[in-house]
Amino acid sequence: MSTVEERVKKIVCEQLGVKESDVQLTSKFVEDLGADSLDTVELVMALEEEFETEIPDEEAEKITAVQDAIDYIVSHQ
Amino acid sequence: MTDKDSDNNVPSRTALVTGASRGIGAAIAAALVDAGVMVIGTATTEAGAAVISTALKSRGGAAAQSSTGMVLDVSDAASLERLTERLQIDKTVINILVNNAGITKDNLLMRMKDEGWDSVIATNLSGVFKLARHFSKGMMKQRWGRIVNISSVVASMGNAGQSNYAASKAGVEGLSRAMAKELGSRNITVNSVAPGFIETDMTADLSADQREAMQNATSLQRLGQPEEVAAIVSFLCSDAAGYITGETIHVNGGLYMG
Repeated sequence: MSTVEERVKKIVCEQLGVKESDVQLTSKFVEDLGADSLDTVELVMALEEEFETEIPDEEAEKITAVQDAIDYIVSHQ
Repeated sequence: MTDKDSDNNVPSRTALVTGASRGIGAAIAAALVDAGVMVIGTATTEAGAAVISTALKSRGGAAAQSSTGMVLDVSDAASLERLTERLQIDKTVINILVNNAGITKDNLLMRMKDEGWDSVIATNLSGVFKLARHFSKGMMKQRWGRIVNISSVVASMGNAGQSNYAASKAGVEGLSRAMAKELGSRNITVNSVAPGFIETDMTADLSADQREAMQNATSLQRLGQPEEVAAIVSFLCSDAAGYITGETIHVNGGLYMG
């Protein structure tokens, strides 16, 4: 079983069409990885699906970087 | 480009058509089935859903066999929830949404009750928003989608006694244009079709005098047939219409030309 970090990074690569080597823990989706507002919505939807959880809108807004996503998933598992 | 995206192997097309038991909705559902699209047609009652199932399955072909009627009240969140659960069980993914369900509660402005205003807005406008919000997710994922919203000529023309209906339909056209901008980058088109006076139960209530006045105001001197609206809706749902978005197509026999 892959770690949460590996699974989150994989989803980020798939959703944003970026290379794994470009995705750092500190990478911000919009500023560093070129996501637009729809991309960020889709990314959250994909995370919800992968980790079988529901991320409320007010929490989703705070997930702006790879580490934020990992932290959210880990603390809600 | 993956196989799923290539023209030779397009994802299977499934349409949800609301208000499909009669009138324009029934004609749209039939036209889509004839074009090879699997159709889920909705009605507010079980009896209406059964009528849709019978009508669609009788058209023959693979798309007809898998098409069916289901119950949905677009103004009721719990009803949408139940429909969604059923679609999930059947593993049905909707990539064409035709928002056709609509009601009228005509009255002069000064006599119109809040209920008459609220219910028309809830079904005709808020219903479109709620279904589009829900089903656009799957379309975004597939990077292909079609949303067609049925408006009305009165959105442009106005009509005495229909302030609620006209407002709801004008709202639908604005909503369509905003959605077209928002979803365009995901290859989802959103258009409106605005029928004039069409031979349906909705216009059957008109008096003989009203009918005659209507016909006289129409360049083609007749009411339209539901199939004449369905043809353009079916086209807008096809691949051939892929570069048309944010548009309102008028089908009114020359009653109103902008």
